[in-house]
Amino acid sequence: MSLGLMEKQLNNQQVADQEQALVKYENVKKQFGDNEVLKGLNLAIQPGEKVALIGPSGSGKTTIIRMLMTLEKPTSGVITIGGEPLWHKKVGEKLVPADEKHLRRLRTDIGMVFQHFNLFPHMTILRNVTEAPIHVLGLSKEEATERAVDMLNKVGLGDKLDAYPEQLSGGQKQRVAIARAVVMRPKVMLFDEVTSALDPELVGEVLQVIKDLAEETDMAMILVTHEMDFARDVADRVVFLHNGQIEEQGKPSEILENPKSERLQSFLSRFLA
Amino acid sequence: MTWDWQFAIEIFPDIASAIWLVIGVTFGAYLVSLTFGLILTFLRRSSFKPLAFLTYWFIEFVRSTPPLVQLFFVYFALPAIGITLNKYLAGILTLGIHYATYVSEVYRSGIDAVPKGQWEASRAMNFTKIHTWFRVILPQAIPPVIPMLGNYLLVLFKETPILMAIGVGEFLQEAQLIGAANFRYLEPITIVGLLFLLLSYPSAILINKLEKRSKLGYSANKKQKGMSVVGTDGEAVKQSAGG
Ligand SMILES: Nc1ncnc2c1ncn2[C@@H]1O[C@H](COP(=O)(O)OP(=O)(O)OP(=O)(O)O)[C@@H](O)[C@H]1O
Ligand SMILES: [Mg+2]
Repeated sequence: MSLGLMEKQLNNQQVADQEQALVKYENVKKQFGDNEVLKGLNLAIQPGEKVALIGPSGSGKTTIIRMLMTLEKPTSGVITIGGEPLWHKKVGEKLVPADEKHLRRLRTDIGMVFQHFNLFPHMTILRNVTEAPIHVLGLSKEEATERAVDMLNKVGLGDKLDAYPEQLSGGQKQRVAIARAVVMRPKVMLFDEVTSALDPELVGEVLQVIKDLAEETDMAMILVTHEMDFARDVADRVVFLHNGQIEEQGKPSEILENPKSERLQSFLSRFLA
Repeated sequence: MTWDWQFAIEIFPDIASAIWLVIGVTFGAYLVSLTFGLILTFLRRSSFKPLAFLTYWFIEFVRSTPPLVQLFFVYFALPAIGITLNKYLAGILTLGIHYATYVSEVYRSGIDAVPKGQWEASRAMNFTKIHTWFRVILPQAIPPVIPMLGNYLLVLFKETPILMAIGVGEFLQEAQLIGAANFRYLEPITIVGLLFLLLSYPSAILINKLEKRSKLGYSANKKQKGMSVVGTDGEAVKQSAGG
């Protein structure tokens, strides 16, 4: 009963928020072959909001953010960013499939950090971070360098400008990857389990960088994570996914300390041991 | 019949002077194969399926017919439909296009070895397709296959004698003429063999060196090439960091 009530409240809240939502998934479905991974997702993210996505392996967390980064195309439904449909273009009243030009324009608002860093190995650290500002934003080399150096200082790598990715530790690589994405000043940043490929002793430095960013900037963030303490510290809202559907969502304290659904309870119990 | 040193020394300059032609034709054809091979690689990956399919069949077709037949076709048959090429151009284009199909396969193996994450990061950084190809993918795909590409230069070099079939006078032909005029074939043909060896052996060693180097990381390579690239970048940084 109480679950139904909460859902209603959330729905009401969503209706109220609809005009100002930065990112919105409306009845989004995603299928890989016969495997229906997302079964009609509805999710709205406010400007500046930090949302943690948690859930068991295969529940669709990565798929959700990859669709927003335009790495994966939804099977049906609409994703909007800043009110504009991402995968569709409005022609008059009709929605037609988006072309590359449309995707490129909307992508400027979205940044992503990957589990395996995906730095450009043939570029120095500095060039990794200046490449997009110069060639995508059209900044001059000096402006881009200044911004990049600023950003790299912020993540504690101001002394590695001329190094190559292969010369850095995993934690350092991931901090470069964060700088590379954030330097573009997107409106929403996507983090996909960015510490799960790291040695345990390097996790802390990366999470700290994200925490600092979350406090200092007004970017929205969607964080897929298995680090519950981190989710509690950073997120405004925690969303628990199960089998491609939102099973429960709310404030970190509610979700992590007072889980309602059995599935969430059993999911969380794995992290307490 | 024994080896006649005096005769060999006498004819050597005539044969060796033809070597420039062989080198020219080889490099010309190599350049065509490197460029056209890259174009074939792109066309084959085109999202416009008929084009990709057509390219696939073109490659299969060119590969499964002998270069000599293609050479005759280009030089003797194409004029019938109004395309007349001089023998050098016909030779360079035919060999170049033939080997482009192999070179394209080499590019493809290099491109396939670039991790998927590089494409995804490029998209996440909002690079254009062209930027992604030329600044992210190819700079990673090509260095590891440089030895293989270099190998095709040697193969092409050894393939140039077939151009005799359309009368490109090169040193094998020169040797043959000298042999016929003097009724001595041992010296001229041996000299030809030696010249080929003289050119291809150092190239093979060079390719071997490249191969070793391509196994080193990016940072090691940068240091070998000298610090100038890093230096200019570093300077720009210091200036703007100070300001
Ligand atoms: N490219 C793909 N092709 C086919 N199936 C896919 C593909 N990507 C994801 N899937 C499937 O979709 C489902 C959801 O995957 P997804 O990666 O979104 O889960 P996840 O919640 O991120 O899991 P994890 O915690 O393991 O990262 C899985 O069953 C997965 O096998
Ligand atoms: Mg995942």
